[in-house]
Amino acid sequence: MLKIENLHAGVDGKEILKGISLTVNPGELHAIMGRNGSGKSTLANVITGRDSYEVMSGSVTYNEVDLLELSPENRALSGIFMSFQYPVVIPGVNTTYLLRAALNAKLKNNGLKEINAADFMRLIREKLKLVNMDEKYLSRAVNDGFSGGEKKRNEILQMLTLEPELSILDETDSGLDIDALKIVAEGVNNFRNSDRSFLAITHYQRLLEYMKPDHVHVLIDGKIVKSGDITLAHELEEKGYSWLES
Amino acid sequence: MGKNQQIIDSAISQEYKYGFTTDIEQETIPPGLNEDVIRLISSKKDEPEWMLEWRLKAYRQWLKMDEPNWSKLNYPDIDFQAISYYAAPKPKEKLKSLDEVDPELLDTYNKLGIPLEEQKMLANVAVDAVFDSVSVTTTFKEELKKHGVIFCSFSEAVKNHPNIIKKYLGSVVPTMDNYFAALNSAVFSDGSFVYIPKGVRCPMELSTYFRINAANTGQFERTLIVAEEGSHVSYLEGCTAPMRDENQLHAAVVELVAHEDAEIKYSTVQNWYPGNPKTGKGGIYNFVTKRGTCLEANSKISWTQVETGSALTWKYPSCILKGDNSIGEFYSVALSNNFQQADTGTKMIHLGKNTRSTIISKGISAGKGQNTYRGGVKIMKGAENARNYSQCDSILIGGECGAHTFPYIDVRNPSAQMEHEASTSRIGEDQLFYCNQRGISTEDAVSMIVNGFCKEVFNELPMEFAVEAQKLMEVSLEGAVG
Repeated sequence: MLKIENLHAGVDGKEILKGISLTVNPGELHAIMGRNGSGKSTLANVITGRDSYEVMSGSVTYNEVDLLELSPENRALSGIFMSFQYPVVIPGVNTTYLLRAALNAKLKNNGLKEINAADFMRLIREKLKLVNMDEKYLSRAVNDGFSGGEKKRNEILQMLTLEPELSILDETDSGLDIDALKIVAEGVNNFRNSDRSFLAITHYQRLLEYMKPDHVHVLIDGKIVKSGDITLAHELEEKGYSWLES
Repeated sequence: MGKNQQIIDSAISQEYKYGFTTDIEQETIPPGLNEDVIRLISSKKDEPEWMLEWRLKAYRQWLKMDEPNWSKLNYPDIDFQAISYYAAPKPKEKLKSLDEVDPELLDTYNKLGIPLEEQKMLANVAVDAVFDSVSVTTTFKEELKKHGVIFCSFSEAVKNHPNIIKKYLGSVVPTMDNYFAALNSAVFSDGSFVYIPKGVRCPMELSTYFRINAANTGQFERTLIVAEEGSHVSYLEGCTAPMRDENQLHAAVVELVAHEDAEIKYSTVQNWYPGNPKTGKGGIYNFVTKRGTCLEANSKISWTQVETGSALTWKYPSCILKGDNSIGEFYSVALSNNFQQADTGTKMIHLGKNTRSTIISKGISAGKGQNTYRGGVKIMKGAENARNYSQCDSILIGGECGAHTFPYIDVRNPSAQMEHEASTSRIGEDQLFYCNQRGISTEDAVSMIVNGFCKEVFNELPMEFAVEAQKLMEVSLEGAVG
């Protein structure tokens, strides 16, 4: 599904990712762990095609398509979703409107009929329950006045509505209290199936306790220095990262 | 340069659609301003003596006044002697019907999307078309007459309804109100006049389309709307001009009078030529005085404006709330893109008891545009229980533009309730990327964000024009995103 080979990338000519190779197959949940500044978010931004990030060498393919050639919206339309570490506020645009525009962009791209307002409301009410969000959020501007936890739940709500094949969860656990964390993790777990893959970026193993990753990778200074299963995350929790630094 | 930046740039650089000129034989008087020029304008319009006297009085006052310089607008001195104060398509014969209107003129309005042939018109909108200094035609006159509604050019009104004109002309905006109003009073050429008799709900939207065509001329129109007791009218004006390298002056005056229980809704979609998007050369200098009086109890005046054109905009549609329980409203979207500058807002003067006013202002700045909101709310001593709600929001697109807000509040009665909210935001790369990541293209994202921002104001426009305004916004912003 997602295949990254020897990826070097950075910002303003400064190399941050220094040769990343990673393959994510359908149905798998991969966790990327590392300290602040290790390159985790850069990886997420390069996959989703953020303007300010520059790829120096290497390749990223998604279902055999060269992802780096696609615009950010076409990457999204091909099935890649990112839950943002810092979801942005968009004043004046209400949450329902954005979400419906996004869903319709996807339907249209897949040659399907756009969803009407009534059907959309039915759909969204179902999804709201899954992340324990009140309907009142829908009439508010996107992320405007949302608490940290509400913003993250709103991201998961969008994921559940758009049903992407590959979801990148960038620090989705940061800023969440334990109850919100459980809700978010449960939302993701219920969404998992044999076709959908996940890339969960985090620096705590806390989230992974609830999400059960298939693979755990440790990122230090732009390189994956060790890969393993959930026991690697436990080891990190116990010993920190320093034992992996050479 | 990123892709988003390119899309933003191409959007900002969208060309002005209405920049063509009409090749028509015109009668223009030579540039310059003195009493003889005013006499000439008055005689060309075949005006009665009292009208000429009124003009001359205004001119003499204007000579003693100074051009205001308190706005945030930056522009070279205007040479008032270099402007021609009258231009008109050469009349063939006296027009009896639309069939006799010069086909070039009909074609011009068709190109602007304003067909004047009544059978082709939007249902329920009567149009007065003003070309340079004169009114070309007014549609649906007969239909309106049945209801007692008068809708005609200002010149006709001076001749046919002198008593109403004498009574109300200058009653809301006195000749010496300000520099540009005085100039307009001296040289105004044409405009629209509307009179709604007692108890009549005007059966259709009334609308005036102003077109500047001739080079080096100024346009000085005057509009007067009088709504008698219990009447109701909705009026819309639209404006366009050709692309020219020289700046052209437009100084209009609009006066509204609402009697007891009457309601006037005045909407503007202003799309004068904004100047060259790359160099800032040319464009209209738009200095306009608009004011309405809620003269008696329970009357209401509502201004809605969508200002997307002009190189300079200096405009503060205001309400004097004299009647008890009267209501004033101001809804505004002002866009300054490229080199445009807008200094606009409103004044709400509360005199009567239980008077209420609402101000919703949305400023959009893009390119090197500078957008200023300037608003005044005055609660006078006798205005028991007056209420005002003001909301001024600004949005910035790109890093070279500016937004400024100057709210002035003067409360002289302790029972007043005032609310003021203001916000400034930016359409940032992060917002666009967020939308992109949800599969929404940059153009759609900008249009979604800007329309979301303007929604409250667009909702106030008559249906047909709300769609037009939304489209205009997209065109005016094309290339504005990065």
